[in-house]
Amino acid sequence: MENNRRSFLKFAGVSVLGLGSLSLLDGLTSDDVIASSGQTSAEATYKKTANALTAKRWGMVIDTKKLSGKICRKMEKACHQIHNVPHHENKKHEIKWIWEAHYKHVFPGKQDEFLEERLKELPIPVLCNHCANPPCVQACPTQATFQREDGIVLMDFHRCIGCRFCMAACPYGSRSFNFRDPREAIAHENEKFPTRMKGVVEKCNFCAERLAVGKQPACVEASKGALVFGDLADPNSEVRQLLKENYAIRRKQNLGSNPSVYYLV
Amino acid sequence: MLEKALKGSKAYWIWIFALLGIITLGFGFYLKQLDFGLGITGMNRDVTWGFYIAQFTFLVGVAASAVMLVIPYYLHNYKAFGKITIMGEFLAISSVIMCILFIIADLGQPMRLLNVLLYPTPHSMLFWDMIVLSGYLVINLVVGWNVLDAERNSVPPAKWLKPLIYLSVPWAISIHTVTAFLYCGLPGRGFWLTAVLAPRFLASAFAGGPAFLIILCLLVRKVTNFDPGKEQIQTLAKVVVYGSCANMFFFLCEVFVAMYSQIPEHMDHLQYLFFGLHGHGVLVPWMWTAMVLIVSGIILLLIPAARQNESVLAVACVFTFVGIWIDKGMGMVAGGFVPNPLHEVNEYFPTFPEVMIAVAVYATGFLVLTMLYKVFVGVKEEVAG
Repeated sequence: MENNRRSFLKFAGVSVLGLGSLSLLDGLTSDDVIASSGQTSAEATYKKTANALTAKRWGMVIDTKKLSGKICRKMEKACHQIHNVPHHENKKHEIKWIWEAHYKHVFPGKQDEFLEERLKELPIPVLCNHCANPPCVQACPTQATFQREDGIVLMDFHRCIGCRFCMAACPYGSRSFNFRDPREAIAHENEKFPTRMKGVVEKCNFCAERLAVGKQPACVEASKGALVFGDLADPNSEVRQLLKENYAIRRKQNLGSNPSVYYLV
Repeated sequence: MLEKALKGSKAYWIWIFALLGIITLGFGFYLKQLDFGLGITGMNRDVTWGFYIAQFTFLVGVAASAVMLVIPYYLHNYKAFGKITIMGEFLAISSVIMCILFIIADLGQPMRLLNVLLYPTPHSMLFWDMIVLSGYLVINLVVGWNVLDAERNSVPPAKWLKPLIYLSVPWAISIHTVTAFLYCGLPGRGFWLTAVLAPRFLASAFAGGPAFLIILCLLVRKVTNFDPGKEQIQTLAKVVVYGSCANMFFFLCEVFVAMYSQIPEHMDHLQYLFFGLHGHGVLVPWMWTAMVLIVSGIILLLIPAARQNESVLAVACVFTFVGIWIDKGMGMVAGGFVPNPLHEVNEYFPTFPEVMIAVAVYATGFLVLTMLYKVFVGVKEEVAG
């Protein structure tokens, strides 16, 4: 109940998005914003500015018809540069937040002998699904990985003990572990985003740090419209419009993890 | 009683210092791992648990197998086991210590280990594993030590130990069940996603643990004046063969379900382990070796004449122990990670530093075990004398 109330209030507080008049709750709304910015430790979120983008449940729609190898690589580069994702020569130690894969690897349960030609060789981006029911959060013994009220699954790099239980739990291979010091393998460090240390797990954060200052995720910006980001809980959002008008699939839907990343095929 | 571990023959001290030497060497590799990171192991982005966690899983089984002595002795009043039950409990103690060390060796940030206590998280199976393992360590220390102390003083064990001994029975089952739950509750890992995993873990534990105990009994008889007893060893041998048959039965159930249903997520891992997948099959010879060893062990143990010959029995126990070690300590963990969630095949094999660190953990376990058994045999000799 508490969670619902809080997220409802937050939702109501998004006056910038012009979501109707809920004047009755206005007083409570400002309190809630203060409360959430005062949270500490694993509860901490990025400090929100006045123009922060907020939602009840963030989600993404990937339109495979608008994808190309060039766009995929641009997205990957944008994400990895902004987030100080190291580039290790040894594939074993690879760290990746978003990368391209082929249909048969993205949807191993939906392999098809007579798959549409276009899809066979098409590079499709994969990233953390920010599941509504995340197995990684369930597995983590220290709550170092946790789900925010807006659905984003985040990592507390300072709490993670590096047991990698979350990596065994993730059905999408979306997580990476720092098998060695990542700082030696960052070509151009972005000082606005923390670097990690060896021995901790990391993954896509849906650009929580950018949403907090009113920016769309980096991959979405670089995608030339192939990726759409928005509030899955808002029936009027662009993502919901896309899902209303198109047939979309999600990765391993049958597992019940309820991914928030949709693919239009 | 501990002073008994500090007095020994020349051979005893050579063995102790040899173990300390191995521990020091392995610790050197561990310092390297602390400095560089887990990248010095064979683990990678796809196979994120390897040798360490596999040894942990295997040793939880060895620890749990002490219950195979506790049940006959305390619940069925099978008096013969009174002579060696403490050996089982002391083996459990050293096994749990090794389990804890393997977990620490596997952590990326071992200095943060206490975060598990600082932020207790009941929905994580690792939290429960920590509770059951530490509890089991304490129970066996208290029970084993106090029963031995009573024996030394020629008095019956204190009454308050009884409830603790009874508690140790379900507790032993719980440690291996929770360890199986680490794996079998993960939605995307078809190889482990089977309800038979915990029962199979227990069955293989009740074969491998007592098999090792028989070898220890034979060694103790050889190097000390204490004889664990022919009858005791023979009864343990029957436990081993029951456990080993149950283990194979559960394994074949798994094979049937995966191979007959032909659901790729379940079948591919078995395919990888036993026949290789997409041209990758580094574990294939290991898995077949394990199968041959386990089955040969069963055959030798099933034939009464063979089982009753202690030289053949020793061979059968080594076969069983090594076979189960390969199956659980090499195949079970890596097999679950290959192919990966994107159905790509990236293999795993432990590296030299990784194996050395594991050897050092085993040496630590043997050190603890040697000292505990030294105390145990010392008390037995004292009482006999």
